Amino acid sequence: MNEVIIIYAVTLLLAWPLGKYIAAVFSDGAGAGSRIFLPFENTIYSLLGVNPSEPMSWQGYGKALLKLHLVLALIVFGLLMAQGILFLNPDNIDGMSWDLALHTAVSFLTNTNQQHYSGQAQLSYLAHTFGIVTLQVVTPAAGMAALVAIVRTLLGRSGKNVQPSAGGTVSVGNFYEDITRAIVRVMLPVATAVALVLASQGVPNSYEGARTITPLDQTAEMNEQNIPIGPVAPMVAIKQVGTNGGGWYGPNSSVPLENPTPVSNFVQTVSIVLIPAALVFALGFLTGRRRLAQVIMGVMVVMSVSLTSVAIWSENQPNAAFSGLAADGPNLEGKEVRFGATATALWGSWTTQTSNGSVNGMHDSFNPIGGMVPMVDMFINVTFGGIGVGLIGYFLFLLLAAFLGSLMIGRAPEIAGKPLETKEIKLVCIALLIQPMLILGFSAVTVAFPALTGNSNPGFHGISQVIYEYTSAFANNGSGFEGLNDDSIWWNVTCAVNLALGRFIPILAPLAIVASLAAKRSAPEGRGSLGIDTATFGLMTLAVIVMFTLLSFMPVLILGPIAEALALMS
Amino acid sequence: MADSNTGSVYRSASWLSAARAALVFVLLCGGLYPFLVTTVGGMLFPHQATGSLIVIDDDIVGSELVGQRFKAAKYFHGRPSAADYDPFSVGGSNYAASNPDLRARVAEDARDIADREGVEVESVPVDLLAASGSGIDPHISPESAQLQAMRVATARDIPVSNVNDLIAQYTEGPTMGIFGQPRVNVLRINLALDGKEFLD
Repeated sequence: MNEVIIIYAVTLLLAWPLGKYIAAVFSDGAGAGSRIFLPFENTIYSLLGVNPSEPMSWQGYGKALLKLHLVLALIVFGLLMAQGILFLNPDNIDGMSWDLALHTAVSFLTNTNQQHYSGQAQLSYLAHTFGIVTLQVVTPAAGMAALVAIVRTLLGRSGKNVQPSAGGTVSVGNFYEDITRAIVRVMLPVATAVALVLASQGVPNSYEGARTITPLDQTAEMNEQNIPIGPVAPMVAIKQVGTNGGGWYGPNSSVPLENPTPVSNFVQTVSIVLIPAALVFALGFLTGRRRLAQVIMGVMVVMSVSLTSVAIWSENQPNAAFSGLAADGPNLEGKEVRFGATATALWGSWTTQTSNGSVNGMHDSFNPIGGMVPMVDMFINVTFGGIGVGLIGYFLFLLLAAFLGSLMIGRAPEIAGKPLETKEIKLVCIALLIQPMLILGFSAVTVAFPALTGNSNPGFHGISQVIYEYTSAFANNGSGFEGLNDDSIWWNVTCAVNLALGRFIPILAPLAIVASLAAKRSAPEGRGSLGIDTATFGLMTLAVIVMFTLLSFMPVLILGPIAEALALMS
Repeated sequence: MADSNTGSVYRSASWLSAARAALVFVLLCGGLYPFLVTTVGGMLFPHQATGSLIVIDDDIVGSELVGQRFKAAKYFHGRPSAADYDPFSVGGSNYAASNPDLRARVAEDARDIADREGVEVESVPVDLLAASGSGIDPHISPESAQLQAMRVATARDIPVSNVNDLIAQYTEGPTMGIFGQPRVNVLRINLALDGKEFLD
């Protein structure tokens, strides 16, 4: 228990100064760290042929983002298909099938890292580094850039309201300046520090191929054991700090080579929430609305602690399949001895709150209620959330709460002094409602055709496996109930659709919303305005999140994990 | 690709910039970053960099981080593995608690272990019956080691107190008393039983 409290405390204590730094990085002018990083960034800008101070409208910003992602997707797709005939492939790994390469490219392009393959056996070092690691650095940076663009457009800097410029077009910033700063000044330095700590704990760092050893017990019918290594530490570090989650080895950070000790587990757990939490503080520093940031942080911590407690309680209960067959103890099926049930449940909850999706134990083998927590975390997806996109998603709920709240107090709906009208609310509804529509729609079709599901577990849990997979894809999480046989054309293609829509609609719709709001004349915030930085409004937002989630997903939770739990109790 | 109505304002959003950015980021994030970390990490931590291998008399006998399969009575045995301790096919069972196959597997293993160690099934620690997440968990709990002490001592014809001393010596506690769980590295304690020095 102390372990959990300390990890929460350390994470939030580190997130505060990091958030302050991130806000300073994106402040006007050259930003924090410019003396070290600016010359390097200027080289990048000249290689790119862009002028970083050129203003972009929201459409221009969105197009630049989408085009960069599309080109990266083509490069990575090509690498995955052709890795078998390319270099840096000491273990002689073949190229992927088209559907698996498509799913993998889209999955990493969307900061999801859902894996329908096992890395140590199906990716060359070339594909792992130049393909996967590239996307693991670039995609969280893109999320951070989009968040910064949205925040400064809506809330402005130093608390000043943004007013439309003379021509009527609103600049949201320059995409390449934002993403370059996010990569160079935030993602790479943090990842490098984490990687070196992990290296000290035993995460491999080598371009040599697998090592072959002769096991000790000659009677155990195992003549040799091949130990896959590689440039693992840099990938594991960015996978954790970048809300990516896709591991080098198939079972992710449960593998001792990827997460060797309780110390590496501590560092990796903190890394899951570090930047997402830092961005909440950064929001306050960037806009001068410190109270708003505190309220948002309060709501997120309440959601995080509530759900994590349920998971920890559940996993410390015995696994029903062991009853009467073993000494009393927590559920250790799919868990590692060095971590135990509590640290694994904490990780399982945090990784799904943040759209990270790495695991240090198998969620498929969690007790039913313990396995329900990651699903609920992903339905909500704004408890810290993915880098950038978490706060952007929270912002949608905030708009909805402001709309409802304004109506409740009998005023024309507004936010930050800007009127909330039909166009904005339509976009909010599209961005929010597409989630249950896609997850439930695809799940219903898949469950209706048992040949498609590839279930490995029977009964209610089989339904949970399907729901979990689509939820994880849309939430850009990437964890799974991994018993599912998901490397099929059906799963690869339908998940790719969910991945892409789950990433880009929740980024582009809010960009359009803030640009639309910013183009309106603002009224000064006065006594009658809705105070979005009050605890009351925080509670209102929390209530909106809870109600929206329950209304959308309560029926499937009853069909899946709750029915399974009740069946096991009887 | 400039927007028609605003001229050069959107020049940065061109396809050419996107292609150049993609190439630069691939080289920076996928090339330089992993290369620097791997080089520096490999120099600072050479033993860890290549898989924490255990080398005895110039033979690589295993990795501290990769469990092995043990069947002989003279050795401590590790946890059930859904991957059969093959590091290239790592993975857990992914059995749900409600899956009858899980209960069948646990029942069979529990009977075998209880027979082998001469105890009741109710005293077999959970970790010795639960498959790990990785399939190559190198550890067992100290309770699981103690359960096997008598059998190991008998097979080696040595006093059980020697084996218990070794368990105490090889039990790692939580880091700083807080992080992680108490555990015994099965390969390392078995090497010690064989009288092989463990050298980094």
